[in-house]
Amino acid sequence: MGEMPITLKGTADGILLKPRVENWAVVLDAVEDALIDGGSFFRGGRLILDVGARELSAEQLNAMRVLLTRYGIELWAVLSDDEQTVHLARSHGLLTRIPKRTEPKHTLIETAPPELQAVFVHRTLRSGQTIRFPGHVTLVGDVNPGAEIVAGGNILVWGTLRGVAHAGAFGDETAVICALVLQPSQIRIAGFIGRSPEKSTRRVPRPEIAKVEDGQIVVEAWNSKRG
Amino acid sequence: MAGTIITVSSGKGGVGKTTTTANLGVGLAKLGYRVVCIDADIGLRNLDVMLGLENRIVYDIVNYIEGRCRLRQALVRDKRFSELFLLPAAQTRDKNAVSIEDMVRVAQEAAELVDFVLIDSPAGIEHGFRYAVSPADLVLVVTNPEVTAVRDADRVIGLLEAEDLAPAKLVINRLKPELVRRNEMLDADTVVDLLAIELIGVVPDVPKILTSSKTGQPVALDERSPAGKAFCNIARRLAGEDVPFEDTQKQSLFQRLFGLH
Repeated sequence: MGEMPITLKGTADGILLKPRVENWAVVLDAVEDALIDGGSFFRGGRLILDVGARELSAEQLNAMRVLLTRYGIELWAVLSDDEQTVHLARSHGLLTRIPKRTEPKHTLIETAPPELQAVFVHRTLRSGQTIRFPGHVTLVGDVNPGAEIVAGGNILVWGTLRGVAHAGAFGDETAVICALVLQPSQIRIAGFIGRSPEKSTRRVPRPEIAKVEDGQIVVEAWNSKRG
Repeated sequence: MAGTIITVSSGKGGVGKTTTTANLGVGLAKLGYRVVCIDADIGLRNLDVMLGLENRIVYDIVNYIEGRCRLRQALVRDKRFSELFLLPAAQTRDKNAVSIEDMVRVAQEAAELVDFVLIDSPAGIEHGFRYAVSPADLVLVVTNPEVTAVRDADRVIGLLEAEDLAPAKLVINRLKPELVRRNEMLDADTVVDLLAIELIGVVPDVPKILTSSKTGQPVALDERSPAGKAFCNIARRLAGEDVPFEDTQKQSLFQRLFGLH
C-alpha cells in the first residue's frame, strides 16, 4: 500500500489517466473518488486511458466507460502496448494513438474564468473534425456537414454553418449561435435541440442568430438594432 | 530527378478512383511521360482490369515487398504505351501485408524510374488509405457531385490537412450536365465552394466509361469522348500545362433542341 492506484492529470489533448495497480475494481474506485473530488472540473472533457502493457478486457473497458459517462466525461482514447487491447479499443470506436493536434491549444488561456474564455479559429472545419471548448468559439471559415462545434458559451461562425453546433453545452440557456449563413444539420443550445427544416427554402442567405425562447430554439435574422 | 508521386483517393468507394488512375496513366503516357501506376488496393485488385492487363501479371507489389522479385520484374508493361507500367496489387493478401514504410519505399523507388507514379488508393480512411497517401507529393481527391461523396471527400481533405500530408486537388467525376441543369445534381461550383481546394478537372458522365472498363480500354484513349478529353486535360494540368476548363454546362443549340448530351 502507499502507492496511489491511479494518476490523473490534465494535458492539452485531454485528461490522462494511468492505472497503477492490477485490480480493476480498485482503479475504478480511485477514478470515481477523483471525479467526485474534482467536482465539475472534468465534466465535458475527454479522457485518454493509458494502460501500458496491461491487457484490458471488454468488461473492464466497458465499466470504465460507463463510470466516465456518468460524470460527463468522454472516453476518447486508449493507449496500450498490448495488441489485443488496441484491437478492443478500436472495435469500440476509440482512438489508440493521439493524433497531431488540429485544434487550437487551450492551455494558454486556462487561467481566465470559463465565461471569459474564447477561442478564435481561422480555418474550414471539415467533416469529422470537432472543436470542443469550455468558453466561446469564434470561427472564421465554414463548418462543413459532419463537422461539430461544442462550446460552453456562444458560437459565432463567420462563414457558413452546415454541420452541428452546440452552444451552452454546460447548460447555459442564454447562449446563442450565429452565422453569416446558418444552414446547420442540427443546432443545440443547452439541452434544446433544433434541426433544419427537411425542405430547404431557397432564399438569399443572410446572417442569422439562434437562441432559446419560450423553451424552444428560434432562429432570427440578425438585427443589430435589436441586438 | 525523381518523378512526381500522385495518390488518387476519395474516402467513399465507387466514385471512380481506379477509373481516374487508369485514365490519367494513359493520358500522361500519351503526352510522352513515363508512368508507373501502383494498385494499392491489396486484396481488391482492379486497376489491372481497367488497363486490360490482368492476364500479364506475374509478380505483384507484395511479392516485391517480401523480396521475391525485383521491382522491374513486378512492373507490367502496358500493351499500348511502352513507357506505361502497372505495379499490380496482390489479390490473395490483405492491406496488412503492406506497411506505410513499405509503400513509401516502393513509391520512391518507382519514382526513380519514371516521371510520374500514380497510386490508386483503397476506399476508406483506414490503414490502406494511410499507406497510399503517405508517399504522395500530391493527392487527387476524387468525388462525385453527390452529398455523400462530397462529405467523404471533405473528411479525407481534413485528414490530409491535419496530418500535414501532401496538398490536395479536386477531381469531380461523373457530372451529369443534364441533371445539373434540371437542378437534380450538385453543380461543380457548389462542390468546389464547400470543399475549398483547387479544382483540377471535371469529368462528365458518359455511358462509354462503363463499357471501357469492361474492355480494358480507358476512355482517355479517345479524345473525342468528353470524358476522355477531360481526363487528358487533367493529365496536361498535372504536367504543368495551363489548360482552360471545359464548360460542362454548355451545349450546342442542336443538342439542346433534341435533348442529346
